[in-house]
Amino acid sequence: MNSNLLSEHDKDNASPWHGLQQALRHPLARPLAALAVLLLIDFFLIPGFFRIEFKDGHLYGSVIDIVNRAAPLMLAALGMTLVIATRGIDISVGAVVAISGTVAATLIGGTVVMHNGVPEYASNIPMAWAIAAAMGAAILCGAWNGLLVATLGLQPIIATLILMVAGRGLAQLLTDGQIITVYYKPFFYLGSGYLFGLPFSLFIVAGMFIVLALLMRKTALGLFIQSVGINPVAARLAGIRTAALIFFVYIFCSACAGLAGLMISANIKSADANNAGLLLELDAILAVTLGGTSLAGGKFSLVGSVIGALIIQALTYTIYSLGVPPEVNMVVKSVVVFLVCLSQSPEFRRMRFSPSQSKSLP
Amino acid sequence: MMNNSSSSLRLRASWGALLATPSFTSLVTVALLLLMFALGAFGYDGFFSLQVVLNLFIDNAFLLVIAIGMTFVILSGGIDLSVGSVLALTTMISAYLLHVWHWHPLLVIVCVLLLGGVFGAAMGMLIHFFKLQPFIVTLAGMFLARGLCYLISINSITIDDPLYVAMSQTRLEFGDAFISPSVVIAVLMLALAIYLAHFTRFGRAVYAIGGNEHSALLMGLPVGRTKIAVYAFSGFCAALAGVLFSFYMLSGYGLHAQGTELDAIAAVVIGGTLLTGGYGYVAGTLTGVLILGVIQTLIAFDGTLSSWWTKIFIGILLFVFCLAQRLMSLGAARAADANAGGNVVKPSAQVA
Amino acid sequence: MSAVAMSAATSSAEPALELIGIHKAFTGVKALSEVGLRLYPGEVHTLMGQNGAGKSTLIKVLTGVYAPDSGHILLKGRAIQPGSTLEAQQLGISTVYQEVNLCPNLSVAENIFIGRYPRKWGGVGPIDWATMQRRATKLLARLDLHIDVQKPLSSYPLAIQQMVAISRAVSVSASVLILDEPTSSLDEAEVQLLFKVLRSLRDEGMAILFVTHFLDQTYEISDRITVLRNGVREGEYAASDLSRLDLVNKMVGTPVDASAAGNALAEHADITPAANDGEVFLQARSLGRKGALAPQDLDLRAGEVFGLCGLLGSGRTEMARLLFGADKADSGEISIKGKPVKFSTPRDAIGAGIGFCSEDRKKEGAILELSVRENIILALQARNGLLHVIPRKRQQQIAADYVKWLGIKTPDIDTPIGSLSGGNQQKALLARWLATDPQMLILDEPTRGIDVRAKQEIMDFVMALCRKGMAILFISSEIPEVLRCSDRMLVLRDREGCGEYLRGQLDDASVLQVIAGESA
Repeated sequence: MNSNLLSEHDKDNASPWHGLQQALRHPLARPLAALAVLLLIDFFLIPGFFRIEFKDGHLYGSVIDIVNRAAPLMLAALGMTLVIATRGIDISVGAVVAISGTVAATLIGGTVVMHNGVPEYASNIPMAWAIAAAMGAAILCGAWNGLLVATLGLQPIIATLILMVAGRGLAQLLTDGQIITVYYKPFFYLGSGYLFGLPFSLFIVAGMFIVLALLMRKTALGLFIQSVGINPVAARLAGIRTAALIFFVYIFCSACAGLAGLMISANIKSADANNAGLLLELDAILAVTLGGTSLAGGKFSLVGSVIGALIIQALTYTIYSLGVPPEVNMVVKSVVVFLVCLSQSPEFRRMRFSPSQSKSLP
Repeated sequence: MMNNSSSSLRLRASWGALLATPSFTSLVTVALLLLMFALGAFGYDGFFSLQVVLNLFIDNAFLLVIAIGMTFVILSGGIDLSVGSVLALTTMISAYLLHVWHWHPLLVIVCVLLLGGVFGAAMGMLIHFFKLQPFIVTLAGMFLARGLCYLISINSITIDDPLYVAMSQTRLEFGDAFISPSVVIAVLMLALAIYLAHFTRFGRAVYAIGGNEHSALLMGLPVGRTKIAVYAFSGFCAALAGVLFSFYMLSGYGLHAQGTELDAIAAVVIGGTLLTGGYGYVAGTLTGVLILGVIQTLIAFDGTLSSWWTKIFIGILLFVFCLAQRLMSLGAARAADANAGGNVVKPSAQVA
Repeated sequence: MSAVAMSAATSSAEPALELIGIHKAFTGVKALSEVGLRLYPGEVHTLMGQNGAGKSTLIKVLTGVYAPDSGHILLKGRAIQPGSTLEAQQLGISTVYQEVNLCPNLSVAENIFIGRYPRKWGGVGPIDWATMQRRATKLLARLDLHIDVQKPLSSYPLAIQQMVAISRAVSVSASVLILDEPTSSLDEAEVQLLFKVLRSLRDEGMAILFVTHFLDQTYEISDRITVLRNGVREGEYAASDLSRLDLVNKMVGTPVDASAAGNALAEHADITPAANDGEVFLQARSLGRKGALAPQDLDLRAGEVFGLCGLLGSGRTEMARLLFGADKADSGEISIKGKPVKFSTPRDAIGAGIGFCSEDRKKEGAILELSVRENIILALQARNGLLHVIPRKRQQQIAADYVKWLGIKTPDIDTPIGSLSGGNQQKALLARWLATDPQMLILDEPTRGIDVRAKQEIMDFVMALCRKGMAILFISSEIPEVLRCSDRMLVLRDREGCGEYLRGQLDDASVLQVIAGESA
């Protein structure tokens, strides 16, 4: 940096430098930079990474693939962001994914029906009802978590641990551990359909994001969540309904997970209670922290979480494309988590910026 | 005016305090275990036999060892989500060293035990020195351990070393039934853990830190050293459990022990240890593990319930015990509050 | 009266603990200036002072939490420099805090012997529980305490826990015992128990430093008293030589002395007295909470300033919190405009038109990472609910208005409130409540940490609002300020009301008499 050449006064006048420094200080700068670096690596190492063609009536290419596969994670991350912002955590997200997928698949299934002499698959019950039932189940899970945390005052990790253990068991019970195949075509649209050439899942995520953004902008929700996360005592004294707020964020997180479960289920055209959403909660937490939201709660960034989800998916894709065993993925993810946590730790920052420079703290 | 009310308040406080003491919850757990066993004995033929009881130990020896390590971590107020993955990693490393490098089995065992301890200590250092939250550090550790597992080999590696095979097949006579060597090791470990917890400085420091870390620091206890040691111990236990597991399964595989950490946590909580730390007995963990085992045995004997019910029952039990713990701690706090005039540090709903 | 008087009993050779010329400053604030202290063996020496006098800083210097900028600490004549609480303990200085600082989950015996367990087989074997329990029982018996040492500490009330802490402190180091506000949560019987223990320890030769703000207790237990004010030692006295009135004077400062600026304000202020016939907005009857406040009646009228006057710890904030629903009352009821209400959360009180500007702005007020604007409109928005968002323009208008009216120094309204100085944060938090247009406003130390002119601005603003019909409950440590502003006043002492007075009935001198409990 040539900032040595600029005096304090000049800095204000040298707008490109100033603008750049301002931009770098933006909370989204780091996640975007990480994503950019990743895409750059992809660009150099994977031939034709950025090539997008129009095939079979829709856009086709690696980038589209990444975005499509990241969609469920993006949803889960959006929900998780709000929970973490209130100083909470929800590790039952994976179990909720399994439950919602299972409910939908069981209810839809697909029985062969003759239609003008041509065998077709019809849904067991109207698809809309099945989806509603799946979402209802997810919301019930969220209400359960909210009850434990907000009303009973259990620690969030323990409260959601219960559902994580029992929820998946419930899903496995419903399917008897078998994979339930869905044969009903319109259902697949959720996961692998295309609208206007772009993956339909993207529209779902965009829709949820827009809903959230509107909520944040048009209501005081963002302000209240941040207040509760930063200083719950002061928030309560200022008249905020902290218990109701916490209840809501857990319901919302599970709803997002439910939607993600539907998408995953539609994508694999089945419900796999054993594996669906496995480790998704960990990816979601990682996405949120990558996006800049602190685990200690307070200020949060929805855009950051979406970027975080993209980073994770791009990472997976990169590793896969480079021929590196996909298991390396887990090792890389864990290292990234360590680095992100360290960067958020005040102790670490103090160490980095000179151990001798410790100010006397009264 | 205040004297009479304060003595009656004191009476109420001691009743509330009684409910909150660890012995109470642990006794409830034992009662529950006996009740469930009685249910089985009355409900199913052949349930009430020594071998059934001993099978509980044989099948869950590794879980007992892991849960012992987890008990210490939870007593100190932390949590360790990496133990299942460390177990798997241990089996994989053992299998690899035996099968590919042809190391001596005893050397292999010593090596993996050391590795487990070092892995745990590393996490403990991150948690203590950088004040990171235990659940996220051990979560990442879980990722790391399992990833390393797959890095070594995606498929399972068979173990055919004679010592391991012998350990797997040996039957030790016990009355007119039998147990496996793993059970002996697990029970020895339990005895060691009880000694550590109740008769050494380390164990008492763990309890003190779990009760009030700030006070422990002020009282001059080596908080940092103890916390790191606790995670090292947990890692060691996970590795030992991995050794026992490799005796049992005779293979190293990345898919081993998925979700075992949750079973361990459930066993510890059901055994009466408070998740907030400071309260609980190591012996209670034995009861917790046995209850988990009995649930599975009951379901197996029943034959009509699918094995998925195990997870659901565990979840329900976990919920009931957490709820009970929470209600009791609220009650005890309210009683102490009335006594102390509002100047007591109350257990509050905290983040993980 | 300023000369140091020593009674014959304590004129033994040298002090057990002596502080000479202690200076301690924190970025710009002088916490202690040339402070000295002499603690002799076989005496109970009480350290007294108001908020900000430097008591807690002095204790932290003694126990090794802070290193003094200059000055010496002498323990039995030897200079020491404790670097941590542990070191201080090893040197012989033990402290028992208000929160006891023991482990509630461990047994009584274990708490006493933690870190020093008796062990079998010559010190290398397992912990010898039987011996430990025996020794613990004996130690406690020395304090005339006979309890089951095997039960967990938490099963005993706080008073007993404190005895255990004292017993531990005494057995760990036998030279100096410091007790930091030990009686704040004890009832009368428990205080007597504590004093009995302290007297027996004193008679055995222990040097005891006792920190408290309760006047009665000071006179009951102390042999000598050291008074701190504004970081300076006002004096060291034998308890028998210092009248209560003198003590209060020393702590608070004589009217002429206590901020000359404050007096300048007295002329400048043109506070028109209230009409005295305002409608009663809030009526409290027998409102109390065990350990916090004895049952008290209170009437707050519209357009009137009601002051709560008393020393630190007299129950002022406790009263305010009960009125606001921040704490649950054990007894009594509240009615608003004649209708009985129940406040279970602050939200209820806010809905009834009450605002509460808390005294602990860091813990209970400021949401540090949020902007000034967001902090100011927070309570208003909370009352509006989730859906009726205050439009951005209006938020900016409100914030800008209060920035102007209260003189809040901030680069702009979107700066995080954490980067403002303490005084300006306080103003912003006051703005938060003013913005809700309350019918009643509780102000707990609203001008703490604010410079003189800003104080004036704020008080003028608040008084103007009051005269327009707001009821105000005004709490301040600065007695002249309370006297000047209040139309009606309740004097509090040791968590109990000791008289309600109208404007003009008390002056700076007589109010101190009431607080001291002498005539009036």
